[in-house]
Amino acid sequence: MILVAIGGFFGAIARFWLSGRFNSTAFPFGTLGVNVLGAFLLGLLIGSGAGESARLLFGTGFLGAFTTFSTWLFEAEQMKMKKAFLYIFLTCAAGFFGAWLHL
Amino acid sequence: MIYIWIGLGGVMGALLRYSVSAVIDHGAAGVFPIATLLVNCLGCFLLPFLNEKVKDRIPVPIQKAVTAGVIGSFTTFSAFSVEVIMLIEAGRAASALLYIGLSIGGGLLFVRLGRKGAKAV
Repeated sequence: MILVAIGGFFGAIARFWLSGRFNSTAFPFGTLGVNVLGAFLLGLLIGSGAGESARLLFGTGFLGAFTTFSTWLFEAEQMKMKKAFLYIFLTCAAGFFGAWLHL
Repeated sequence: MIYIWIGLGGVMGALLRYSVSAVIDHGAAGVFPIATLLVNCLGCFLLPFLNEKVKDRIPVPIQKAVTAGVIGSFTTFSAFSVEVIMLIEAGRAASALLYIGLSIGGGLLFVRLGRKGAKAV
């Protein structure tokens, strides 16, 4: 449990910093970036056969908090239909591809 | 320092998510991921709801700790993606499609409900 907590602490900070830096009023590149990067890294972690502690610290803790599902759809819901579709599709396509690479 | 607040929110969000998955399932490969679906839908409701409720009421760092910190960390996109791929690799493509549809369709619906709910109560 302490491992999940430590991972969550740093994952949330890293996401907040990156999305603040790269999200623009035109498009949430920051959220897109952290989600795709996080999906790729979790695929890498699981695919590498990491042990229980590493999974809890980096997977459930850090990457779980680093990526976000709620902010993603919250942003999409405020966009116009076409743009929202593009944003959702882009995130899924790149995220699933990233996760698939090492699984 | 806002980063400390966000981090503490992240601790809470990650622990809550971990607790839900510990109670519901253990994330076994190829099994329909109910825990993540539940967490993500619930978070989609709570984000606009709390966002509306804490606005102008508490200091900005605490607002961010609740929304970006707790709820942002509670929900997860990385586990969602990995679970989709695992379902496909387990030969359960139909379940993977259902999981994607329920997560995104449900998530969008809950965002709307959260926004409306916050104005109603």
